[in-house]
Amino acid sequence: MMQDQSVLAVEGLRSHFFTRAGVVKAVDGVSLHVARGEILGIAGESGSGKSVTAFSILKLVDPPGRVIAGRVDFGGQDLLSCDEESIRRIRGKRIAMIFQDPMMTLNPLMSIADQMVESIKAHERTTRAAALARCAATLEKVGIPDAARRLLAYPHQFSGGMRQRVAIAIALLHKPDLIIADEPTTALDVTIQGQILHEMRQLCDELGMALIWISHDLAVLGNLCDRINVMYAGRVVEAGRAEDLLERPVHPYTRGLVGSVPGNSRRGQELTQIPGMPPNMLDLPDGCAFRPRCPRSGDECAMEIGVRVLGDGREYRCLHPHLESGK
Amino acid sequence: MLVFILRRLIQSVVVIFLVSILVFIGVFSIGNPADILIPAEASQMERDAAIKSLGLDKPMYEQYFIFLSNAMKGDLGRSFVFNQPTISLITARMPATLELAFCALFLSLVIGIPLGMIAGYKANSLLDRTIMTGSILGFSAPTFWTAILLIMVFAVGLHWLPPSGRGQLGKILGITTSLATWDGIRHLVLPVTSLSLFKISLVTRLTRSGIRETLPMDFVKYARAKGLRKSRIVFVHVFRNVLIPIVTVVGMELGSLIAFGVVTETIYAWPGTGKLLIDSITRLDRPMIVAWLMITVMLFIVINLVVDLSYSLIDPRIRLQRKKS
Ligand SMILES: Nc1ncnc2c1ncn2[C@@H]1O[C@H](COP(=O)(O)OP(=O)(O)OP(=O)(O)O)[C@@H](O)[C@H]1O
Ligand SMILES: [Mg+2]
Repeated sequence: MMQDQSVLAVEGLRSHFFTRAGVVKAVDGVSLHVARGEILGIAGESGSGKSVTAFSILKLVDPPGRVIAGRVDFGGQDLLSCDEESIRRIRGKRIAMIFQDPMMTLNPLMSIADQMVESIKAHERTTRAAALARCAATLEKVGIPDAARRLLAYPHQFSGGMRQRVAIAIALLHKPDLIIADEPTTALDVTIQGQILHEMRQLCDELGMALIWISHDLAVLGNLCDRINVMYAGRVVEAGRAEDLLERPVHPYTRGLVGSVPGNSRRGQELTQIPGMPPNMLDLPDGCAFRPRCPRSGDECAMEIGVRVLGDGREYRCLHPHLESGK
Repeated sequence: MLVFILRRLIQSVVVIFLVSILVFIGVFSIGNPADILIPAEASQMERDAAIKSLGLDKPMYEQYFIFLSNAMKGDLGRSFVFNQPTISLITARMPATLELAFCALFLSLVIGIPLGMIAGYKANSLLDRTIMTGSILGFSAPTFWTAILLIMVFAVGLHWLPPSGRGQLGKILGITTSLATWDGIRHLVLPVTSLSLFKISLVTRLTRSGIRETLPMDFVKYARAKGLRKSRIVFVHVFRNVLIPIVTVVGMELGSLIAFGVVTETIYAWPGTGKLLIDSITRLDRPMIVAWLMITVMLFIVINLVVDLSYSLIDPRIRLQRKKS
């Protein structure tokens, strides 16, 4: 279901890590798309391949990892077959990324000003003064007061929340078509998290920007996103509109995830946890990788399971979906 | 910052004082200079007079206090052998030693850093393996051996370069140096090469491991995600982080280049302080040895201070911490 107004459409993306212990199929056939002004959430347990998916889109997977198959369509251009210089022009300028850990993403030896100005100068010819003015204005926009002075500071003088705002400001500098935010708020406390979510939502509406928001926290995604993709062991196991998906999860794994979110369990329903351990990525079972932990699985689940489509944009990969109404 | 420097200076004075005591005790235990300096056929009376004039008749602690009070006035004694102030003897030869040390240091950085960066970036490639194998050779070959080998090949065998001595001197920016003349440079090549081989290997390995450690860091990937050009990532983001260990080791090694160029200076008959030290030790020229050691200690202290100051130049965390204290 590719849409015409898609900013980004990923088809059959596979990124594997060729480690000494074996091949880690971190991303194994992911397809997703996001439209202008839309916010797409990617959910999934730790290790399900969310970050690797994000890095693959910008060709940032480092050895021993490699993107081995797939298409990343961005404005009619396949990013995966771009040469290094063409993709560099897109990175930061048209697709910006915010990393998982705000404490580690800024260079500790360089001032905030230097790290912001260099991102402007990588894509545009301007004077330093003009660039600095733009940096200060962008910092103000993400809620850093007294920005002109704080630009002179170094990362270690900023709290985690402030650093993440700086990262968001850097992402906004070029008003990109798409921002990929990889769990940018997990390291922050809840109030700041809420604040940043609110601001991001506003900025998207304001600028018509598309946003991919990665998180293992379904509650956060539910509040923020238009659509959600749920990943398990390198695959998207269910995708759909955010409210729908949280209201009526079809895949047993999604159901487990929804059940384990405190805010989401409906009255009378107990807070449940998904039984079993996260999968060993070096040795995934055939067919549905969730099979060993799934209460509904049977022998037939060892087959390769294709994507099934339900009305209203819902897609899932399961032979025993929760399709019965109610409940 | 000023407080920091002041505190370091006070520490230094304490260190110098303690070292002077150790040096004095050490030099006394080597042997009695009277046995060497005074000819065997001298009469007992001549002997006593000589010992008295050298101040060797006084007990050790008294000699030490005389030395200390003179040292406070900037006088580190007179050489027994040359009968000249030790300080002027050493400072006269210092430029030759410094020239050798700084040229070797320069060479080790200019060659070692690029090699290390290539090896680090192309880790486990054929190029990397070649560079690393070469650096093991540079590490394990003893200086005296490479020095002699270089002389055999380039001076004796090929007649390309002079085997020993310091060539013609000239002036650059008011500094007297061999680098000003072609003859001087030709004389420099072999000693500098043999002195720097080990340091080149060291800097290469250090740079390589620094790069290997820095490359997987998040901020490097983030710099790529921002769309920065590769040159900026390599030379600004990665290089700055690699610079810290390099500065540390270079500081330590510069001290050792100056202090322990002895072997190289001896083999190439380089008229520096190292050779002066060896000569002084064989003649038991006590004031000379003491003065040399004291000056070397001070040199180390100054170098360490410079290294510490350059840390705060590179790393804002250290800079700001010092500003506070
Ligand atoms: N450099 C690497 N070498 C080997 N395996 C890797 C490497 N990087 C990631 N992986 C593997 O790829 C899989 C997916 O990792 P990824 O970082 O995308 O997970 P994630 O969904 O982002 O998890 P988290 O919520 O913890 O961030 C994991 O099983 C991980 O072990
Ligand atoms: Mg991740």
